[in-house]
Amino acid sequence: MTPRTLYRKVWDAHAIAPLGGDEWLLYIDRHLLYEVTSPQAFDGLREAGRRVRRPDLTFAVADHNVPTENRAGGLAAIRDPQSHLQVATLERNAAEFGLPYAALAGPRHGIVHVVGPELGLTLPGATIVCGDSHTSTHGAFGALAFGIGTSEAEHVLATQTLPQRRSKTMLIRIDGRLGAGVTAKDVILAIIGRIGTAGATGHVIEYAGEAISAMDMAGRMTLCNMAIEAGARAGMIAPDDTAFAWLEGRPCAPQGEAFAHAVAHWRALASDPGAPHDREITIDAAAIAPMVTWGTSPEAVVTIAGAVPDPAAEADPARRAQIERMLAYMGLAPGQPLAGLAIDAVFVGSCTNSRIEDLRAAAAIARGRHVADGVRALVVPGSAAVKRQAESEGLDRIFRAAGFDWRDAGCSMCLGLNPDRLASGERCASTSNRNFEGRQGPGGRTHLVSPAMAAAAAIAGRLVDVREMA
Amino acid sequence: MRPFIRLTGIAAALPIANVDTDMILSAAFLKTVSRTGLGRGLFHALRFDADGRERPGFVLNRPPWREARILITLDNFGCGSSREHAPWALLDFGISCIIAPSFADIFHGNCFKNGMLPIRLPRGDIDRLMAEAERPETAGMTVDLESRTIVHAGGTLSFDPDPQRRERLLGGVDDIALALRFEAAIDGYEERVATEAQWLADPGLGRMV
Repeated sequence: MTPRTLYRKVWDAHAIAPLGGDEWLLYIDRHLLYEVTSPQAFDGLREAGRRVRRPDLTFAVADHNVPTENRAGGLAAIRDPQSHLQVATLERNAAEFGLPYAALAGPRHGIVHVVGPELGLTLPGATIVCGDSHTSTHGAFGALAFGIGTSEAEHVLATQTLPQRRSKTMLIRIDGRLGAGVTAKDVILAIIGRIGTAGATGHVIEYAGEAISAMDMAGRMTLCNMAIEAGARAGMIAPDDTAFAWLEGRPCAPQGEAFAHAVAHWRALASDPGAPHDREITIDAAAIAPMVTWGTSPEAVVTIAGAVPDPAAEADPARRAQIERMLAYMGLAPGQPLAGLAIDAVFVGSCTNSRIEDLRAAAAIARGRHVADGVRALVVPGSAAVKRQAESEGLDRIFRAAGFDWRDAGCSMCLGLNPDRLASGERCASTSNRNFEGRQGPGGRTHLVSPAMAAAAAIAGRLVDVREMA
Repeated sequence: MRPFIRLTGIAAALPIANVDTDMILSAAFLKTVSRTGLGRGLFHALRFDADGRERPGFVLNRPPWREARILITLDNFGCGSSREHAPWALLDFGISCIIAPSFADIFHGNCFKNGMLPIRLPRGDIDRLMAEAERPETAGMTVDLESRTIVHAGGTLSFDPDPQRRERLLGGVDDIALALRFEAAIDGYEERVATEAQWLADPGLGRMV
């Protein structure tokens, strides 16, 4: 039999009917919903008199709009009337269509891409969609998971399928071991720095190699989460014992003998030897250093020892103008070193970096130290479960003692949809995924970094190489 | 879905690469439960200053481009978030055709769901069209999906849309109705999974939350 990639195996198992040309109807095993991109999809169903085909494969939770304080107050604690309306609309739609819904003040609440894996909804070989580009996160388990628009969400609600074309695949192999203080976040930023934000457009990325095999699931989720920031349709990693151990016992994963049976099936998902990829890239893990973005695109990134580029050195006028625009927005000068740059705020959280492992890494730097004067620092766990786990380990006490704000779960300062946001001109070291203009609040200036780098910046009051603080 | 067959109107040039969906429609405008009325938020930070006054230099604030129906821009347009609010905002403003060397995948797919036509053209063609779009007297163009051509001041260009997508745009086809014709295949998959991959068939969520 022809050797197949991980992606191709999942595709083949779900492509149920040809639609003409190279388009197929793809069956969707899991559909995740949240409050921002779903209301119009439910309106569409109502207008057409359609039902949700498989409410039991659908899961809804509110995360983007929710304040990260006073969670116990539930819906009533959301003061912004528009945010309140969106969350109330999601609750109403979930009730009307009979969809499982994780209540705001309940034990299963959190960021949809943190909660999905936690529940064991995310499984190897599954197809998973959500009206959010960071759905790629779930590919860390060998699922084919990708972001969709609202019309597509309506399509999945009504049919449990999507018309799709097969993507090309790009193998990114990370050979060797990562150095101390270098994390999955640095790996993905280094990849985006190399291939650009459109580098993987039209492709599904498969990450492989020694550094990936050695990486924990939180790191793998960070890598797959930001595959979209390289333009990829999805990111995937072949499921292995690390993934199986992580999934075992999760409430929606198969249990007991059924789990063993599933694992036998999941082991066969890995790309066959010699399976063809459309592109292959190899990166030396040992050469990756802690990374920090300087501009308003994730590809505008250098190591912490690096400096802001000089637009005058750029030959292409469009590219030169783009760098000039970025520097003006970011308030930076050509040639300025990143290390030492004073910051106003620090955000540890988001679907990229809010899992227990991320919080442990930040706490290890914060322990016994204090946030610099004038810096406000937020730690926002990705879910109620992450929060409980962190508190049982005493991480909340470490953060509070160090002067960090310890919050309830939500998307928080990753995007300006809830009360956590930057003021105009504020500079932030952030563990989130996008440094676009205005992303963290109008006029806010974002430097994307790892959780340990963010914590180090909070303590120092400036961007600093975490390896000097460990 | 309303069909896209032929569009005649003013083209506006936006010579910026990697225009992200936050730039097209920022988060502040996502707090809506409707698909309409988003045009006022389109390119908000580019169109308006901090006090809400129009920036007179921005192309969509100047005649004749205030009435733009076509946008000509650079690589990787629509990158970032999957928000369909971005194409909705363009459409609400009046722009239903975007021409660029390349598009981000999700944005590109979202356009077709809303009767909008994204056209990929080589950079050389983009540069020519952009130069014409920058002058009021040559900014008018006709995009004809039926004949796969763009008639502009300097001549006629052809483009090469995906045949399936072209057919559906021309017919204004409802994708969901199309998929529901394959109900037997959907049922077949669900029956197969229920016996061969039971873990996919029943996550048991109803018992959890």
